[in-house]
Amino acid sequence: MTTAWSDMIVSAESKAEKDGTEGRIVNPFGEDSRPHAHATRLLDVQDLNIEFVTKVHGKKTRFKAVKDADLHVDLGEIVGLVGESGSGKSTISRAVVGLNDNYSGRIVFDGRELGHKHSREQWREIQMVFQDPYASLDPRLTVRKMLREVILYHKVVMVAEADDYCEYLMNLVELPVELLDALPGEMSGGQRQRVAIARALAVRPWLLIADEPTAALDVSVQAGIINLLMDLNKRLDLSILFISHDLNIVRSICERTYVIYHGDLVEEGPTEQVFSHPSNAYTKRLIDAIPKLSSKYVEQLAQQDKPSNEEKA
Amino acid sequence: MPETKKIPVAQANKNYARIRLTGSKPRKRSHANAEIVIGCVLLGIIALMVIFAPLLTSYDPTHQSLREAMLGSSPEHLLGTDQYGRDIWARLLYGGRIDLFVAIMAVLTPLVIGTILGAVAGYFDGIVPTVIMRLADLVSSFPFYVLVIVLVFVLGNGGTSIFIAISAVSWVPYTRISRGETLILRDREFIASCKASGFSDIWVLFRHVIPNIASQGIVYAMSDIVMNLGIIVTLSYFGLGIVPPTPDWGQMMNDGQQFLAAGVYSLTVIPTIVIILISLALSFIGDGLANVLKVRR
Repeated sequence: MTTAWSDMIVSAESKAEKDGTEGRIVNPFGEDSRPHAHATRLLDVQDLNIEFVTKVHGKKTRFKAVKDADLHVDLGEIVGLVGESGSGKSTISRAVVGLNDNYSGRIVFDGRELGHKHSREQWREIQMVFQDPYASLDPRLTVRKMLREVILYHKVVMVAEADDYCEYLMNLVELPVELLDALPGEMSGGQRQRVAIARALAVRPWLLIADEPTAALDVSVQAGIINLLMDLNKRLDLSILFISHDLNIVRSICERTYVIYHGDLVEEGPTEQVFSHPSNAYTKRLIDAIPKLSSKYVEQLAQQDKPSNEEKA
Repeated sequence: MPETKKIPVAQANKNYARIRLTGSKPRKRSHANAEIVIGCVLLGIIALMVIFAPLLTSYDPTHQSLREAMLGSSPEHLLGTDQYGRDIWARLLYGGRIDLFVAIMAVLTPLVIGTILGAVAGYFDGIVPTVIMRLADLVSSFPFYVLVIVLVFVLGNGGTSIFIAISAVSWVPYTRISRGETLILRDREFIASCKASGFSDIWVLFRHVIPNIASQGIVYAMSDIVMNLGIIVTLSYFGLGIVPPTPDWGQMMNDGQQFLAAGVYSLTVIPTIVIILISLALSFIGDGLANVLKVRR
């Protein structure tokens, strides 16, 4: 069973190579049935303002979490959104995905403005992967039940095909098919995050919002998730809005980067330009704060290490 | 794309099984299972005896024969007879029918209603939760027994009115429990991820919230059956509950009470022992369920 889907993907890949669209996965369950072509500008956020009102002893305090944010994500692009904790990164993503309908401004997706309450189709277009894989999966449901629920709720495939589609999804996120019958509690953090990604991909979204998907994982697992996201971006034409405070990751995978500071988008541009010639003072400080291993220091350590090892030997 | 080179991943030893399958995980359930088994066996025996009462005795529980009044235990009358000459064994078996049935029904109804109301109150914001919780405050501001007795007075004696009275009062703790659990659950990311999957609020509520909070209510329900049994028996004991020709344990205790001073204890003690056994069985089941239903987070 496992080989069947990977074969299908491989054959789809070889077919795509001939067609000149290398690496693109052709979904064996049929392409998206949407009639019109997608706009190049997939997501366009204009003048987004989000305000939180807190009441303490009847006294209202207003807090502007996001101020006049303009950002856009093009088709097939990985866009980074960086900033410190509490700067409004997640707030923007929650508004875009539809979890927070208390905003002002326009969120245009694929040429059409999204309402404050998303329709069933609009929920499918934009999906989200959450920060903490230990909290973002229902602890009671096995992976299969979780995926089936999403698939059948949105009628992605016919009921009879649902199990095959689950296996296809597991292959897509590079998980063994045996894990379909595991509970979230029996999986590692990286496996859970892959399940969360599979769950998001089940409805065939065009935009995936990854809200610090690696923050709760250790470094080697992080790399696996990042590679997976890059793969999916290339092979499924999936656009990704990558939210992170880990500048190294953003630098290595994102084409364009936004820097957000206290609710203001202070800098925008191609990643290399933002990192090598930051125009904003905050961006400069942020980049300087990246921990670096000075090569001198490393060499010094290595030289100290060598003789001591030999002595022991 | 500026950089497409892959980040190297530390390769794990392929021979080392990183996947733990469902069956292979050791679970500490044996102890909890033992409790459930003991409870279920005990309760099952009592329930079966009550259900198949006609097979276990040939006496009519309401048949009086004053000539055979106050007999001791004998092969004919296993547990003797009461002051009207009715067979105690038969009355015990038939009496359990209405007591247990009403007790269980009066738990299931509030469990379902209370859990749903509590989940709604915890999950949504606005006027509906406020109304539900103020209503709960209103009901719980009266002493439990006073309210039940008043309702039974108003509705008249009998099993149905006891059932309605208990249901009308005892949904409150279920609502409180499930609201509290829902408030904790609501802010967890998986509820947000369900919403992000496009599920409607009702779908999330019934498919994800209620199944995750139900266990607390179910465990509480086990002790609530015992309490309901106590209420029914107490009401009958005071002459407020089951109407006399129908046998029931509370009346049996009441009947026996007047002979306690004369040294005849069996009339009161026998139904009491049965109720204690049922309580014990339900506590075992409740404890066992509490262990088994615990969600591993």
